[in-house]
Amino acid sequence: MGIQDRLIEDVGLREGVSRLTEDKIQKTVNAVFQGETGARLKAYAEICLRCGMCTEACHFYLSHDKDPTYAPAAKVKQTIGTLLANGGRVSPDQIYNMAQIAYSECNLCRRCVHFCPVGIDTAYMMITMRRICHKLGVTPQYIQDTAHSHSATFNQMWVKDDEWTDTLQWQEEEARDEFPDLRIPLDKEGADVYYSVIAPEPKFRTQLIYQAAAILHTAKIDWTMPAEPGWDNSDMCMFTGDFEMMGRLKRKHFESAQKLKVKRIVMGECGHAFRSIYDVGNRWAGWKHYPVPVVHSVEFFWELLTQGKIKLVSKYPGPVTLQDPCNIVRGRGLGDKLREVIRILVDGEIVETASNREHNLCCSAGGGVINCGPPFKNARVAACKAKADQLRATGVKTIIAPCHNCHGGLDDTVHKYELGMEIKFLGDIIYQCMERPEA
Amino acid sequence: MYGIYNFVTGPLVWASFAIFIFGSIYRLVSMYTLAKKKDAVSLAYMDWKFSFRSIFNWLIPFKALGWKMNPVLTVVTYVFHICLLATPILLSAHIIMIEESWGVSWWSLSDSTADVMTILVIAACAFFAGRRLYQKDVRFLTTGQDWLILTIAALPFITGFLAYHQLFNYQVLIIAHVLAGNIMIAAIPFTRISHMLFAVFTRAYIGSEFGGIRKAKDW
Repeated sequence: MGIQDRLIEDVGLREGVSRLTEDKIQKTVNAVFQGETGARLKAYAEICLRCGMCTEACHFYLSHDKDPTYAPAAKVKQTIGTLLANGGRVSPDQIYNMAQIAYSECNLCRRCVHFCPVGIDTAYMMITMRRICHKLGVTPQYIQDTAHSHSATFNQMWVKDDEWTDTLQWQEEEARDEFPDLRIPLDKEGADVYYSVIAPEPKFRTQLIYQAAAILHTAKIDWTMPAEPGWDNSDMCMFTGDFEMMGRLKRKHFESAQKLKVKRIVMGECGHAFRSIYDVGNRWAGWKHYPVPVVHSVEFFWELLTQGKIKLVSKYPGPVTLQDPCNIVRGRGLGDKLREVIRILVDGEIVETASNREHNLCCSAGGGVINCGPPFKNARVAACKAKADQLRATGVKTIIAPCHNCHGGLDDTVHKYELGMEIKFLGDIIYQCMERPEA
Repeated sequence: MYGIYNFVTGPLVWASFAIFIFGSIYRLVSMYTLAKKKDAVSLAYMDWKFSFRSIFNWLIPFKALGWKMNPVLTVVTYVFHICLLATPILLSAHIIMIEESWGVSWWSLSDSTADVMTILVIAACAFFAGRRLYQKDVRFLTTGQDWLILTIAALPFITGFLAYHQLFNYQVLIIAHVLAGNIMIAAIPFTRISHMLFAVFTRAYIGSEFGGIRKAKDW
């Protein structure tokens, strides 16, 4: 029992720790503690009463036969807690263990906040641990590759500038078979809506761009997408601990919208990117709130449907259940709007999972965990067992999940636990059921 | 013996209260100074309304998800904290001593009620100790500090109970009781009992973040 018994070999972590010495570790850890943390970390570390109330919150704990080393406070104890107790002096092997816990055994979902009487934010402790790992050069290979891509291209998937516009034009062309006068307007100054996506969309989920264009076109929205970097709202640097790059990404994104003088940004169905924009990245870049109004597509679809800009010719056959993405529901209170949208779209009831809304269980993919890639996949899906049990108990065949990470995570989960369920974005359903404009 | 008694009930009480009051002020001021210097990105989001909303909702038993999911611990925690704070303040023997010194007094509990409350505190401490020993997740988390504060909290009640019932040597026990009480008061700012000072702020902060930024409840 314990992290040493479940170590996963990852070349990024292994190479990273091979370059470390105890002296280097201590210097870096203390530089972060003294330079970047303050009263918040100090108070959390001091007043955690080790009561174990948070234990039951964590899907890692619930899914691993109640192994106590997966409890939120236990993960803090094995990472930041150990560093504080030892004055930052630990061995490179210990850093490996800590990195595995911080990057792959916590989704930063913050469910445990609902369990802690003194209000400790475990996600903050874990992300501080990741910050230290980043500065030590100990990050899982796959997610580090996406962070490198952010640094080099300002998008997560090494999409080159010409590939980006080319992909948009390709989707425009495809869509014109169905909607002859459809455009994906690039760099249109003063548009009402600046539509931003995550880089996996142009890379391998292009149908989502197609669908978004179809919906925006049908709703007669005055919209645009930027032709130049800034279009990718995603932020893996937030999750690796590369905060400098996180700040640059958000600035690029917002400035790209400001340059086009748009009224607001509408984001696709993504969770973590939304967190970066309202909660984390904006702060690093020095904005207390975001400088350009941003709405998540759940809110945007709600507007389109309630204002009659999108009309339905049919309803999606229910019953359905839904996945509350942490970053937009526990993180941004969109639980009610999400349900209202689903009620409009679906013919049949919404069967809630046992833990729902801000008390939802995480899909086990968020917080950068799925981005740590294949080495950690089996462990990640194993941590989703508790969620799989809740999904199975709903007895329905459709899960609506308005978040890319939830999709990826639940896809693996449905497969592994043989749930026989299909997973839908809201955009999938709207595109399928909406009334098309006459050609 | 009388000399020791006079010392622990006289100068030592002053000393422990001085350590508690000035120590608490020092801890709070230095923590706030540190927060202003290093946590501007957190302080900026503090909000009165959402702070109190969070504190209020967490004070209601079984309201927060954490309370609901840990029902036995919830009952014990509430009983423990209420009895721990109310018993010494409302104990007639304590009030009489204060009245004799300063001429002020207030409503007191009956001795039998106070006795039951004392037993409840001791029982709660035994329950907490049992969790630390036998519940796997809590045992994994437990450190020396946790045993220290549990001992500090239990001792005044154990010694007070024994002294009140005149079990064993009364004179030794009453001195031990006063000493234990002094230690508890002085330990507040400098042990994990400091959650008494800081928890209200950490709660207020997470309440502000959840209310103001995350637009979600945090209970």
